[in-house]
Amino acid sequence: MNQAMIERLTELAKEVQGYIYPNDLDVHWSILIVVYPYLTGLVAGAFILASLVKVFNVKEVQPTYRLSLLTALAFLLIAPLPLLLHLGHPERGYEVLITPNPTSAMAMFGFVYAWYLMAVLLLEIWFAYRKDLILYARQERGLMKWTHRALALFSNDVSAEAVEFDHKAVKVITIIGIPSAFLLHGYVGFIFGSIKANPWWSSVLMPIVFLFSAIVSGIALVILLYMVTTPFRGQPIDMKCLDKMASFLFYAVIIDFSLEALDFIHRLYESEESIKILSALVMNKLIISLLVMQVLLGMIAPLGIMVAIKLWNLNDELRRLLYFVSVLLIQLGIFSTRWNVVIGGQMFSKSLMGLTTYKMEIMGLEGLLTAVALLLLPFFVLAVLIKILPPWDTPAPSPAPEGATV
Amino acid sequence: MNRRLFLQKIGAALLTLGLPFGFFTKKPAAAAINNEKLGGKPWYGMGVDIDKCIGCAKCMEACKIENDVPKEPFVFRTWVERYVITRDGTVGVTSIGTATNPSTEAVVEKDILRSFFVPKLCNQCANPACVQVCPVGATFQTEDGVVLVDDKRCIGCQYCIQACPYGARYLHPVKKTADKCTFCYHRISKGLLPACVEVCPTQARVFGDVNSVASPLARLKRMNKIHVLKPHLNTEPKVYYANLDGEVK
Repeated sequence: MNQAMIERLTELAKEVQGYIYPNDLDVHWSILIVVYPYLTGLVAGAFILASLVKVFNVKEVQPTYRLSLLTALAFLLIAPLPLLLHLGHPERGYEVLITPNPTSAMAMFGFVYAWYLMAVLLLEIWFAYRKDLILYARQERGLMKWTHRALALFSNDVSAEAVEFDHKAVKVITIIGIPSAFLLHGYVGFIFGSIKANPWWSSVLMPIVFLFSAIVSGIALVILLYMVTTPFRGQPIDMKCLDKMASFLFYAVIIDFSLEALDFIHRLYESEESIKILSALVMNKLIISLLVMQVLLGMIAPLGIMVAIKLWNLNDELRRLLYFVSVLLIQLGIFSTRWNVVIGGQMFSKSLMGLTTYKMEIMGLEGLLTAVALLLLPFFVLAVLIKILPPWDTPAPSPAPEGATV
Repeated sequence: MNRRLFLQKIGAALLTLGLPFGFFTKKPAAAAINNEKLGGKPWYGMGVDIDKCIGCAKCMEACKIENDVPKEPFVFRTWVERYVITRDGTVGVTSIGTATNPSTEAVVEKDILRSFFVPKLCNQCANPACVQVCPVGATFQTEDGVVLVDDKRCIGCQYCIQACPYGARYLHPVKKTADKCTFCYHRISKGLLPACVEVCPTQARVFGDVNSVASPLARLKRMNKIHVLKPHLNTEPKVYYANLDGEVK
């Protein structure tokens, strides 16, 4: 054991309250494991928003359809990174994919991830963009032309029947995609909810709470991205679209809030063996991150704002400002939710008699800077994706080259 | 629909409904011991007599030396808890020689209702949650009922540490893999006793085959009321405590 670790643990030991099992001193799952469910939640949420257009025919949200898909892809590509970096032996991480233990919820990661990436997101994006890719390639030269041709898998058919098939395919994939998105994030909730040793995690509601908080965070993120990117393109923000998205966000927050309240009331009412330590946990360790950041700022404040918007006829500019504040608050709230689950669940000992604490590193592989980098990385990926696959402009039809089917 | 067709349909329906249940039904560990494991293979367990433990912590020391557990007081394969229950009902717990709860505030003797030591270690559960959750199968149960970690396979995800209700696992600070008590598998496979059992001056710890009829473990189980830790979690621990107090978690 190196000196730095000894010093860190010695400091940590001074903070112990009550009796903890000696091996429970350190918080094993660090901030990186907070980032992981936060990222996958955004993926699932953004996809659900995209599916509103295709499956439920919510026409107003159409302007954000492709942006939602690309957002989901960008975040999905980065989502495994925090998991990998957190491993004691990242170089053995591939073992999860090639020799998974069938009884392990975590081992299902490879299957769920591969399914969602390959069978849902990439496929849907391909069909949604195929026609445009071909049209772009016809107007371009050099690298971009070949990139777009390759991305279209060298298909060259933009006939009405082919495009009609694309539309049908997108619809079918979205229908498969909704339960898949539920699976992706519900499964992350199950990783925590199925740990019977931990009373803070062990709850059948966990996957459902994860799911709805995912939808909340995903919709809020797409609203944020839409509001930031549209003025940059010199375009007006489509207020119908924004109002509609905010409306869905509002209902999702209400469901999420109700589920979490139900979980809370259920625990209090049943008042099992663990209730004392969990109360101590909330009152001593999570008062800021749970009561203030998650509940007050992350849920009640945005709900209040959205109720106000629905009640009073506010002008566009004020609505935009209020929506912007709400979605930022919601991101803060959902990140706190992840924090409270992951870190909160490790700040009490399984002795149920004592609390430890989490001192986040700043530098270091599992530190704050890595976490911030991992949270920013998807936005860079998204920027690249937007460059290659423009989500808002559709290319003008151009004369087809010789031999191509129009 | 004639009778034959009706019966055929009922049969098919029952079969379809029954298949998934049959597939997921796990053989109870106890049944496995009595039927299959009796064919000469031992099924190891440990007995701990609370009334005999004097809290000397020799077991902790022996364990660290025998198994190359880092000597610093932050990680343990076994530890000894000291319970002091006072007349006002306060339960005070400390664990000897650990960094987490080392202080033993002096308690006036007349205020003490009862006091005792509880040696803790991996419970070598027959139904181990840690084995269930390991994503790569690096932690497994041997045929003789010992839960081990293959440190060449372990990826260090620490899910098993989260899943253990007893705090018996830790991330080895040097190897960066999960680590825990092995019942000194290298010793017992040669017919020796685990180091902690070997050094215990009062024979508070006994070790043996759970199914044997004549062994210190069998005797402990015959002569005492026996309890295991957190039985409600259905992990089926194989560390059996005699004279365990209800306050022990």
